[in-house]
Amino acid sequence: MGYAVSLEKFQTVFDSWRKKYDVYAPKVFEGTGRFSETDVVRYGKVTDLADIDWNDRSEYSFKDILLPLSQTLLYFTEHGMTESEGPTRGTIVFLRSCDLHAVKRLDYMFLENGPEDSYYKRVRDGLKFVLMGCDHDFDGCFCVSMGTNVSTDYDAAVNVRSGGFEIDCKDPELAQAFLDMGAAEADVTPDAVMENSLTVKVPENLTSAVAKSSIWDEYDKRCIKCGRCTVACPTCTCWSMQDLFYTENGQAGERRRVQASCMIDGYTEVAGGLCFRKKAGERMRFKVLHKVLDFKKRSGFQMCVGCGRCDAICPEYISFTHCVEKLEAGMKEVSGHE
Amino acid sequence: MNNSYMPFRSEILEVIKHADVEYTFRMSYDRGDTHPVKPGQFFEISIPKYGEAPISVSGITDHSLDFTIRRVGSLTEEIFENYVGGHFFMRGPYGNGFDVNIFKGKEIVLITGGSGLSPVHGVIDYFADHMDECKSLNIISGFKSPDDILFRDDLKRWIADGMNFIYTVDAAPEGYEGNVGLVTQYIPQLPLKDFDNAIAVVVGPPMMIKFSIQELLKIGFDEEKIWLSESRKMCCGLGKCGHCRIGELYVCQDGPVFKYTTVRSFID
Ligand SMILES: Cc1cc2nc3c(=O)[nH]c(=O)nc-3n(C[C@H](O)[C@H](O)[C@H](O)COP(=O)(O)OP(=O)(O)OC[C@H]3O[C@@H](n4cnc5c(N)ncnc54)[C@H](O)[C@@H]3O)c2cc1C
Ligand code: SF4
Ligand code: SF4
Ligand code: FES
Repeated sequence: MGYAVSLEKFQTVFDSWRKKYDVYAPKVFEGTGRFSETDVVRYGKVTDLADIDWNDRSEYSFKDILLPLSQTLLYFTEHGMTESEGPTRGTIVFLRSCDLHAVKRLDYMFLENGPEDSYYKRVRDGLKFVLMGCDHDFDGCFCVSMGTNVSTDYDAAVNVRSGGFEIDCKDPELAQAFLDMGAAEADVTPDAVMENSLTVKVPENLTSAVAKSSIWDEYDKRCIKCGRCTVACPTCTCWSMQDLFYTENGQAGERRRVQASCMIDGYTEVAGGLCFRKKAGERMRFKVLHKVLDFKKRSGFQMCVGCGRCDAICPEYISFTHCVEKLEAGMKEVSGHE
Repeated sequence: MNNSYMPFRSEILEVIKHADVEYTFRMSYDRGDTHPVKPGQFFEISIPKYGEAPISVSGITDHSLDFTIRRVGSLTEEIFENYVGGHFFMRGPYGNGFDVNIFKGKEIVLITGGSGLSPVHGVIDYFADHMDECKSLNIISGFKSPDDILFRDDLKRWIADGMNFIYTVDAAPEGYEGNVGLVTQYIPQLPLKDFDNAIAVVVGPPMMIKFSIQELLKIGFDEEKIWLSESRKMCCGLGKCGHCRIGELYVCQDGPVFKYTTVRSFID
C-alpha cells in the first residue's frame, strides 16, 4: 500500500520503527574522507530521519551489516568454545536498487553456496529493506546495463518529494505506523533510473580464455594491490579466519572472521610460500572475471550490480568498467590465436 | 542453530612418527553413522588461539580417523609441541573425496608426491583388503629423501599384500639401496595391459602433478581416466571464504578431487 506523508509524519513513522529496529542508512561523516578535510558518505546507525543522506551514493556499501569488517564467531574458554551472541534486535536498512540486488548476491554466497552460514542467517533473518528511490543516477553508475536499476522485493520504498515523502510499504509490520496515523493513501511507484550515461557491455562470447589475453598487463604497473575496490564493492564477500588470545597464559581468546581481498598479498599464500597470482594484472583478471563471468556460471546471474563504487574509490584511477569494455578486444585477441 | 564453524573435540589415541616433521595422529571419531568419511576428504583441524588448517584424512576405521601432518608453520608447530597425547578440535568432513567404486574392476595407478600419499591412503587400504575387486594396483610414491618416507610399516604390508608398490626418493646419501629418482621416471615401467580399463590418480605438489600427467599421456593413458587432488588456501571448507575459488569452482566444495579434463583449463 502507498502513502504520501509530510516530513513530520514520516519522522513519526521512523520513530515508531526505531522502537523495534535499529536503522542503518547512508550518512555524511564530516572530515573523514579520502582527502583531508573532505566528507565521506558511508553507512551508519541513524536515530533521526534528518541523518539520512538522500543526495549521494555512499562510498562504501551496506554490506558490513551482514559481513562485518571483523566478526567474532567463537569464544575460547578454559572449558571449550562458545558461540558469539547474535543480534537481539532487528535492523532496517535504507539502500538503493543496486544494493538491494547485491543482497541477492550475498544471500547466494552465504545461504546457498555450500551449507547455510548461521552467522549470516541470524542477521539476515532480522533485516528489513527500505528502498531509496533513485530519481537520477550518479557519476559512474551502470545499473541499467547490469539489470539492477529496478527493485521489487523491498519491504518499503521511499521517494523524496518536495514537501514530503511517498512510501510504498509492503511489509505489514512496517505499514502499521502509517495505518495508526491514518496516513493519506497514494499510488506509489519507486523512482528508478531507466538510462545511465554510462553503459557497459559484457561480451556475449566471453569465456575464461580471455585470461590469456594481454589486456591485463597494464594493471601490473598501475594497480598498487590496496584492495579498496573490493572493500567498497557490495558483492565482494571474501574473508579470512583469525584467532586471538587475550591473556598472557593464553587461557582465553576468540576466533574471528575478517574481510579479505583477492587484490591483497597473502590471499592465496599457503605454507611453503606457494602463492598464486603474484602480479596485479592477474589479480585484476581474477576479480573482474568473477564479477562478470565466473559467478554467473555458478549461480545463473551476474555478480556485479553496476554500482560504480570500485571506479570511484581507486586511488590509481583504475576503472573496472573500462576493463570490462576491453574484454571484447581480449576475446578477439585470444580467438585469433586458435 | 546449526553452526558449521563449531568444531568438535576429538582425542588423540596414538601418534605414529614417520619423520621429525611428519606424524600421523590417530583421532577418536564416533560420528561415522551421521557423518561418514571418504578417503580424499579433509577436516579443518582447529586449535583454539592458533587457528585452523585443512588436513586430509589418511586412514579411516569405525571409531578413528588418521591425519598425517607436516610441521610447517604456526598451527602445525603447536600441534607437534603441545598436543601429543591430548586432544584436537576439528570440523568436517569436507570435500568430495574419492569414491572407491570408480576404481573397481580396473587397473589402478596411484602416483603420489610426499604427503600426497595421505589422501589416497584410504583407497589403498580398501583395495589391500579387497584385491579381488580390482584388476591390479600400481603405486608410485616419491619422497624427498629416505628420512621423509611416510607410512613405512604400511609400505611393507602393502608390498606383501601383492601390490606393485614402487617408492622412490629424489636424492639419497651414498649407500642407500632403494630407488632414487623422480616418480615420473617410473611411469613408463607401469605394467598396464588395457588403457581402456585403467584409472590413474595423481596427488602431490603442482609441478609433480604436471609432469606426472604429461608422462601418463605419453605412455598412452586416456586423459578422461586421470584424476587428481588440488590444494589451495582454505579458510572455511564450506564455500564461504572464497580463498579456494578457481573460475566457477570452489576446491573445498567441488573438489579437492577433480578429473584432469576439468582442471586442465583452470587458470588460477
Ligand atoms: C585440501 C587440503 C588438504 C591438506 N592436507 C594436508 C595433510 O594431510 N597434511 C598436511 O601436513 N598438510 C595438509 N595440507 C596443508 C596444510 O593445510 C598446511 O600445511 C597448514 O595449513 C599449515 O598451517 P600452519 O599454521 O602450520 O602454517 P603457516 O605457514 O603458519 O600458515 C599460515 C596460515 O596460512 C594458512 N595456510 C597455510 N598453508 C595452507 C594450505 N596449504 N591450505 C590452506 N591454508 C593454508 C593457514 O590457515 C594458516 O593460518 C592440506 C591442505 C589442503 C588445502
Ligand atoms: S584496482 Fe585500484 S583500488 Fe583495486 S587494488 Fe588496484 S589500486 Fe587498489
Ligand atoms: S564490481 Fe564495482 S561496479 Fe560492480 S558491484 Fe562491485 S563495486 Fe559495484
Ligand atoms: S575454503 Fe572457503 S570457500 Fe573453499
